Amino acid sequence: MRAALPRRDPAWLGRLFWTGAALALLWPMLVATEFRPWVLFSDQSRGPTLRFLSAFVPPAAGADFLWLVARETWRTVAIATAGITLALLIAIPATLSSTRVLSVSALSGRMAPLAAVLRQGVRWLLVLLRSIPELVWALVFVRVVGLGPTAGVLAIALTYGGMLGKVYGDILESSDEHATRCLLANGGGRLQAFAYGLLPENAAELTSYTVYRWECAIRSSVVLGFVGAGGLGQQLDNSTKMFAGDEVATMLLVFVVLVALADRTSAWLRRALS
Amino acid sequence: MKPARSAPAANQTYRLAPPLFDARCKACWFGVGLLALVVASFWSLDLQWRAFLSPDAGRSMARFVGEFFPPDLSAGFVRKVVAGAIETLAMSALGTLLAAGFGLLLALPASRTHDGDRAWARAPTRLLLNALRAVPELVWAALLLISAGLGPFAGTLALALHTTGVLGRLFAEAIENAAPGPAAALRTQGVDALRVLLYATLPQVLPQLISYALYRWENNIRAAAILGVVGAGGLGQLLSFHMGLFQMGKTATVLCAMLLLVAAVDALSYAIRRLLAR
Repeated sequence: MRAALPRRDPAWLGRLFWTGAALALLWPMLVATEFRPWVLFSDQSRGPTLRFLSAFVPPAAGADFLWLVARETWRTVAIATAGITLALLIAIPATLSSTRVLSVSALSGRMAPLAAVLRQGVRWLLVLLRSIPELVWALVFVRVVGLGPTAGVLAIALTYGGMLGKVYGDILESSDEHATRCLLANGGGRLQAFAYGLLPENAAELTSYTVYRWECAIRSSVVLGFVGAGGLGQQLDNSTKMFAGDEVATMLLVFVVLVALADRTSAWLRRALS
Repeated sequence: MKPARSAPAANQTYRLAPPLFDARCKACWFGVGLLALVVASFWSLDLQWRAFLSPDAGRSMARFVGEFFPPDLSAGFVRKVVAGAIETLAMSALGTLLAAGFGLLLALPASRTHDGDRAWARAPTRLLLNALRAVPELVWAALLLISAGLGPFAGTLALALHTTGVLGRLFAEAIENAAPGPAAALRTQGVDALRVLLYATLPQVLPQLISYALYRWENNIRAAAILGVVGAGGLGQLLSFHMGLFQMGKTATVLCAMLLLVAAVDALSYAIRRLLAR
């Protein structure tokens, strides 16, 4: 004989409660984000959208326009590369001066107070650089140096300098410090200990992280164009504002290909390094 | 014979560094190429170092920073900034929620769950997911302004689109990597695909899917804070609005709110990770 099945779902109270709670949480969010999907299908938005989208095919392929896109694509890559190069100028000294393993005084007990304060100070500076988004830096620099790639390069340099410095520090501190300490204890200078102890041990990891960040910088240099820092983003912004769907289509395609290429190159380089 | 350089050293502590500079000097070519790229970049960008490094620029920079003080802390404006921060949070949460839903819907055709599955939609769905993922949130937002209008709705949709690409791919991989046993057991009993998913595959991968979604939410809060710069709502919109009007005191307040929000999210996620890792 089968046991009598309960007539009602035994967990109904819990289910009802959690559904109610989810709705009660969701409702204010929907209000705050002005979530009105029907706006997308209203008459005043459907017309422009359809016109914009129908202009996507065929993508713009005039010789002049393609030449412009090629130039802007190179500028995007160049902004990212120059930005990363300058970021290294920030990150490498910051890493050298903030790595605890390279402390001579820490060899015998505690780090000297002045050195400890300096190291912590540099770390906080890196955190500050890193926590301001590059887009905000770019907005600030566009104000100071005007529209153009300089603002983009500086924005990438500062944010990525903070990121690289922080992560380089983490990589060096988590590595095996035996060789470095040995060199320092036997009278080697800090730079010597770094070049012959820490660097050979971590070179592959450091390079691979840098290449990965270069790939990220290419993506963000497109985004920076939207606030006037030059490159593909700026052209994309202009064409969107002029409702030139065919140009937008071409640039989106180029952008997707560029990101995929950077992705491949960086994956290949990192595999070659490891 | 090639030396067995990939074999692990007997003593792991003293293994040699990887051969970055080997005899054929791949690294030299790499270095030369890199140098050429860097030089070409700096040469082709007409960077205005003079404008940036001149004493004049220094003065204008100092004046610019000086204008940030004092930040506008009047009650009315602070309330507006708090509302902006809440809007940012709501955008990120709703965007991630939508993305998790659509990501799961797209992850199902994008995954091959068993050997008999022809999964004809796998390649096209993955292509779609990759395209969604390759376009950054901000670009989506700029495009969506045309149909959704200015405001947080465009930002929410932009976050949802980009995150759908990211989560869909991660979800598909999680589903493909789930242990096949339970699903196979149900399938051999003749249970249909939907129930196999609901009672075998999904319960296995759900914790992983939730942790992916939470991780993306954390990223999206940071992204939502700046999305508004193109007019898509939240703190970013306040920032670009007041900066455009040269109201630097108000700009400073919005910047502080942004930093606080990002720092709070960082601290919270760090604490949760520590708690979970213990």
